[in-house]
Amino acid sequence: MLHIAKGRGLARIFSRRFATAQDRDDFRLQEYSQKYLGYRKAAFTEKLELIDSSKMAAVPIYRVTDGLGNFIDESQDPNFGKEKSVRIYETMTQLNIMDRILYDSQRQGRISFYMTNFGEEGNHVGSAAALESQDLVYGQYREVGVLMWRGFPLEQFMHQCYGNSMDIGKGKQMPVHYGSKEHNFVTISSPLTTQLPQAVGSAYAFKRQPNNDRVVCVYFGDGAASEGDAHAAFNFAATLDCPIIFFCRNNGYAISTPTSEQYAGDGIAGKGPGYGLHTIRVDGNDLFAVYNATREARRVALTNKAVIIEAMTYRLGHHSTSDDSTAYRSAEEVQTWGDKDHPIERFKSYLLRKGWWSDEREKEWQKEVRTKVLKAFGDAEKTKLAHYHELFEGVYDELPIILKKQRAELDEHLAEYGDRYPIDRCLKKD
Amino acid sequence: MALRNIALLCGRTRGVLATRGAAHFNFQPTEAPKEYGEERTKMNLCQAVNNAMDIAMATDPSAILFGEDVAFGGVFRCSLGLKDKYGSDRVFNTPLCEQGIAGFGIGVAVAGSTAIAEIQFGDYIFPAYDQLVNEAAKYRYRSGGLFECGKLTVRATWGAVGHGALYHSQSPEANFTHTPGIKVVVPRGPTQAKGLLLSCIRDDNPAIFFEPKILYRLAAEEVPTGDFMIPLSKAETVRSGKDVTIVSWGTQVHVSLEAAQLAQEKLGVSVEVIDLQTIQPWDEEHIVQSVKKTGRLIVSHEAPKTSGFGAEIAAAIQERCFLHLESPVARSCGWDTPFPHVYEPFYLPTVWRVFDSIKKTVNF
Repeated sequence: MLHIAKGRGLARIFSRRFATAQDRDDFRLQEYSQKYLGYRKAAFTEKLELIDSSKMAAVPIYRVTDGLGNFIDESQDPNFGKEKSVRIYETMTQLNIMDRILYDSQRQGRISFYMTNFGEEGNHVGSAAALESQDLVYGQYREVGVLMWRGFPLEQFMHQCYGNSMDIGKGKQMPVHYGSKEHNFVTISSPLTTQLPQAVGSAYAFKRQPNNDRVVCVYFGDGAASEGDAHAAFNFAATLDCPIIFFCRNNGYAISTPTSEQYAGDGIAGKGPGYGLHTIRVDGNDLFAVYNATREARRVALTNKAVIIEAMTYRLGHHSTSDDSTAYRSAEEVQTWGDKDHPIERFKSYLLRKGWWSDEREKEWQKEVRTKVLKAFGDAEKTKLAHYHELFEGVYDELPIILKKQRAELDEHLAEYGDRYPIDRCLKKD
Repeated sequence: MALRNIALLCGRTRGVLATRGAAHFNFQPTEAPKEYGEERTKMNLCQAVNNAMDIAMATDPSAILFGEDVAFGGVFRCSLGLKDKYGSDRVFNTPLCEQGIAGFGIGVAVAGSTAIAEIQFGDYIFPAYDQLVNEAAKYRYRSGGLFECGKLTVRATWGAVGHGALYHSQSPEANFTHTPGIKVVVPRGPTQAKGLLLSCIRDDNPAIFFEPKILYRLAAEEVPTGDFMIPLSKAETVRSGKDVTIVSWGTQVHVSLEAAQLAQEKLGVSVEVIDLQTIQPWDEEHIVQSVKKTGRLIVSHEAPKTSGFGAEIAAAIQERCFLHLESPVARSCGWDTPFPHVYEPFYLPTVWRVFDSIKKTVNF
């Protein structure tokens, strides 16, 4: 009941319902809990204390095998079986070999640019193997193992690096900007982190489909996590209950910037709970751990709860062919990491123990892959570029009038000055 | 181009020292052509936008509408009733984050669903600039057509409102027309808003639809109630004339119409007024034909003059119509300043500035 009392020209409203301090506290705690704090338990404290996160333990790193590749808790073994295990190993090593050949080809001036995946083969293939083929993947640029696992042909990697007429990306972008509709891998773009809120939108669209069985998995690095788009994406994903996995490859470096200069908090996993994301940090070089974590993340995501996985790993290679990392880190550091924790070595020890691989097979396989890669590479190198008219295609769904005119203008120019242009590198118009 | 009936609300001119609250123009309603549908009802621009979204969502089950405050109806009431009608999974609030809204919208479209993303004020579209310019506009091109976000339409409020100052009055279209791959559209009234918005939503390219906020309530006319679309990249001659061509868009079309009427009355000059409607890709041919007829062109827009879209039109027209021009292409635009508060009447290209531009152009 309300009492309205007037005193000295002022109206005061007293409510008997909230007469006591306890009543007032209860009201506010319930409001805060339900409306402000997502139904978390709300409580007052009279102790003045600032939370100093630097004093808190980091989110633990989930692992299944030790540094030598031995299972610690056998119950965590996902039991891949021989076929899957060999396929995993072959994918990781094929990636490694392809990277070495393509890196060298850039040094020789044959392709314009390249980015390797050294040291991250485990987090790529471990997560890819845990996803289903219908799940949509958005990447950053250092996730080639995911695409390779999904079956993107070797030749297609090469064609894209050369941007030739066989490139399904139509030669529009720099090397390593792969994409494949068939393999549910959204085309890479150079701006960092832009893929994160996009991935959330796609996940939301999937959620609305009846009997949805697709999640979105979006990959990004420790540096990319600093961009505003990451904050936007984490918040939207959690607030809108999207079936999404955020997979952060924390490899210690963003070009030359070490993680100690990238953030002061508990890495990227430390941010997760702050946004309301289900969170796990894993040993990114432990393929089994990455697999198990991604599998569980997928299960949770399909209940329309967003998950973040931070995979701890190390970037063994340079950022790209435009980078020489000896300028900011010692060769010794890289060597030590490669010796003490290589994802391929750790998984190989499992294969050897199981008797599913041998040194002999290794020699055979290396030769086989090298031959395959070099053949695909040679073919791609010989393939001509698309006709230069392709440069005008795809701006809109249909060629606008202005581009028809500009294309004609270019043709007119080439008719007179054509010998100054690399027309011979392009296919002729049929 | 067939003439539309123009009903001038009144021919009275407007004093510079306008009373607070009085707009700097009179809205000139136009009669919608028969092919848009016989059945009509009086709608203001806000209701027309609401109606367009209602129809879009009714005809496309994948269509969703999202942004800040859209759930309760929107700060300008454009989404009134839509959440109740289509459900909160289709009409919902996002957190306060324009870069998130744009990125999310792109992702929805990439997944094959129709995304109608609302940016509350065009002045706040800039956090979304990277997503719109580097991502949305380039999605199809860079992927060789494997992926695209044609199902994205971004709606944002736009233009002078009388008291909006720097951050509630901007016309940011020129920031986007420089980016190949997106479409930019501005309606001048309720009928155009409905027809053009439906076209944007259904067009297979990402589009930004700027809604002149001052017209939300102030602009009302008989609008066809059915499902109709006005084609993109087609300009409309709103007033026919033979001495001078004015190209404009949004609210400024009505300012230009009033200036044209004044020019007729006071100078005996016959002015043709064209509403560009789609700013990019624009209907260059329509303007060329008009300028070949009149020999004189004025472009008028609220946005600052330098590097405004008027600059592009001027450059293109002098290229195409050099020998037809009797005078330099003139631009009657906002000054090259941020949008001021109390000085708004002096900032805007008013009826008098456009009138003066006509006068100078014919006397060149």
